[in-house]
Amino acid sequence: MTALTIQGLWKEYGAQVVLENVNLTIAPRAFVALVGPSGCGKTTFLRMLLGQERATRGTIVMDGEPLPSEPGPDRGVVYQRYSVFPHMTALQNVMLGPELRAARLTGRLWGAARRKLADEAVALLAEVGLAGAEAKYPAQLSGGMQQRLALAQTLMMRPKLLLLDEPFGALDPGIRTEIHTLMRRLWHEHAMTVVMVTHDMREAFALATRIIAFDRPRNRPEERERYGATITNDIAIWPPRVAGRQTIYDADIDPVQDDLNRFAITAGTTRPTEGSLP
Amino acid sequence: MRLINMHPGRGGRVLLAALPFVILGIAYLIGSALRLAENPGDKLLPSLDAMGRMIEVMAFTPDRRTGDYLLWTDTAASLLRLWSGLAIATVIALVLGLLNGVLPVARAMLGPFIAFLSMVPPLALLPVLFIVLGLGEVSKIALIVIGVAPILTRDLALTAIALPREQIVKAETLSASSWLVAWRVVLPQVMPRLIDSLRLQLGPAFLFLIAAEAISAEGGLGYRIFLVRRYLSMDIIFPYVLWITLLAVTMDLCLRLLRRRLYPWAEVRP
Ligand SMILES: Nc1ncnc2c1ncn2[C@@H]1O[C@H](COP(=O)(O)OP(=O)(O)O)[C@@H](O)[C@H]1O
Ligand SMILES: [Mg+2]
Repeated sequence: MTALTIQGLWKEYGAQVVLENVNLTIAPRAFVALVGPSGCGKTTFLRMLLGQERATRGTIVMDGEPLPSEPGPDRGVVYQRYSVFPHMTALQNVMLGPELRAARLTGRLWGAARRKLADEAVALLAEVGLAGAEAKYPAQLSGGMQQRLALAQTLMMRPKLLLLDEPFGALDPGIRTEIHTLMRRLWHEHAMTVVMVTHDMREAFALATRIIAFDRPRNRPEERERYGATITNDIAIWPPRVAGRQTIYDADIDPVQDDLNRFAITAGTTRPTEGSLP
Repeated sequence: MRLINMHPGRGGRVLLAALPFVILGIAYLIGSALRLAENPGDKLLPSLDAMGRMIEVMAFTPDRRTGDYLLWTDTAASLLRLWSGLAIATVIALVLGLLNGVLPVARAMLGPFIAFLSMVPPLALLPVLFIVLGLGEVSKIALIVIGVAPILTRDLALTAIALPREQIVKAETLSASSWLVAWRVVLPQVMPRLIDSLRLQLGPAFLFLIAAEAISAEGGLGYRIFLVRRYLSMDIIFPYVLWITLLAVTMDLCLRLLRRRLYPWAEVRP
C-alpha cells in the first residue's frame, strides 16, 4: 500500500524552469492519470518519481521514507517505446527481473529455480494475453503485444508503484481499448499504486481514480523560461473507483450486446478479487 | 519501370555477381597473352601455366632446404600472428569499451585517452616495437593489437552509449546492479556490432601483419611476397595475394555466420 507525498517540488534545467511548486498527496492504491500539454514536464515529473532525475527543490516521500535517489525494483516503469529488451525472447524478458534479483553475479538461474520461475513467467504472459508468444523476440510482436510484454515484465517484480509514460499512446484505438481492459484488471489484482502520463482524456477517464492536470499558469513567450508548469486541476473520478472492486461502469461489456444482466467480473481473471461485486 | 524498382532474380544475381570476376580474369588473360607474345621471357603478367607450376612448387613440393611445404607453413605462421592479435584486441575492446560505454566515471577518464591513442599511426610505431619487443612474434602481434584495438574499443563504446537510456533505467527497476546492466543488457546488445567491426578490421589487420612480416620474419605470407619480389616472381606473388584475399573473405564469411548463429534477434527486422 504505497502512498506518495510530494511537497514544494521544483525542477529547473539551467535557466529553464520546467516544474514549479508541485504539491500532491497520492493515496495508496490510487490510479493517477497525469495530463497536460506537450512539453509541460509530465515526463520530467515521472522521471523524478522513478529516481532517474533529481528535484531541484522539494521532497518526495514514499511510505514515510524519502524517495531513493536512483531507480529500484520498488518502482516499475513502462515507456511508450524501448520498454523491453530486443535481445531477449518474451519469456526471457519476463524472467529477467527475478533472475537479476536472485543471481547477483551471473544474472541467470538454472535447474529447478529456473523451471519454477519459467512457470510463473508463462502464467503471467498468459494473464496479459501473450500465451503462445513466449519464444518470440519483441521485434516479432505488434506494438500492443510489446506493451503487454512490458507490463508483464514489470509486474514480475511486484512493484509498489507503477509508472507509465504514455504507454498506449502509439496504439490503434481498438487495440488501446483492449489493453485498457487489461490495465484495469492488473490494477485491481496487483497491490500497486499507478501514475500514468497520457495525452488521451478518454483514457484518463476510463482508467484513473483521479486526474491531475499540469499546465503553465503564465504562458506568454517572454515568461516561458522563468515560470514552470504546476498542478492546475485535480479531479476525483465519480463514482469513485476502488482498487480490487469492480464498479458498474468499469465492467467490460461486450459492445454488441446490451443485456445489462450479464454484468460480471471480466472473463479471464486468474485470481479471486477481494470483495468484488457479484 | 524505374531502375530503382528493378530487382534481379536468383539466377540474375549470381550472373551479375560473377560478371566483374569474369571480366577481370579475361582482361588478365588477354594482357598476359599479349605481353608474352611480344617477349616470352616477360615476368610481369605470367601465364596461368606458369602460375600453376609455381603453386605446385610452393604448396605441394617440400622445400629443398627445409623440407617444409612453404605455402602451408607461411599460412600457419601468418594466421597464428593474425588471430593472436585479433583475439587480444577483441578482449581489450570488450573490457575497455564496456567500461567506457557503461560507467560515466570510466568514460571521463578513458574516453579522451583512447581517442588520442587511436590517432597514433601504428606503422610509425613499428620501429619502436621492433626495438623494444625484439624481432620475434611479440612485436608483430603487438602491431596488430595497437592498430585494431583502439578502433574496436571506440566503436563498442559508441554502440553501448547509443543504447536507449530507457533500457538502462528499466534494468535498474528490475534490480540490476551496474555489473548486471553491463553483463546482461549492454554486452549482448553490442556483440553483433563487435563482430561486424571485427569484420571491417580484417583488412587493416592483414595490412599490419604483412607490413611487420615484410620488415623482419622467418616466414609468413607477407615475408614470402617481399622475399620473392627481388626476383620479380610475379608467378608466386599473384597466387599469394589471391590466397590472402581468399583467407580474409573466408574469415569474413565465418564471422557473419557466427553473428547470425549467436545473435538471431539482431537479424529480425521490426
Ligand atoms: N534533460 C533535459 N535537459 C534539458 N531540458 C530538458 C531535459 N528534459 C526535458 N527538458 C525540457 O523540459 C520540458 C518538459 O519536458 P517533458 O517532461 O519531456 O515534457 P512532457 O513529457 O510533458 O511532454 C521541455 O521543455 C524539455 O525541453
Ligand atoms: Mg513526455
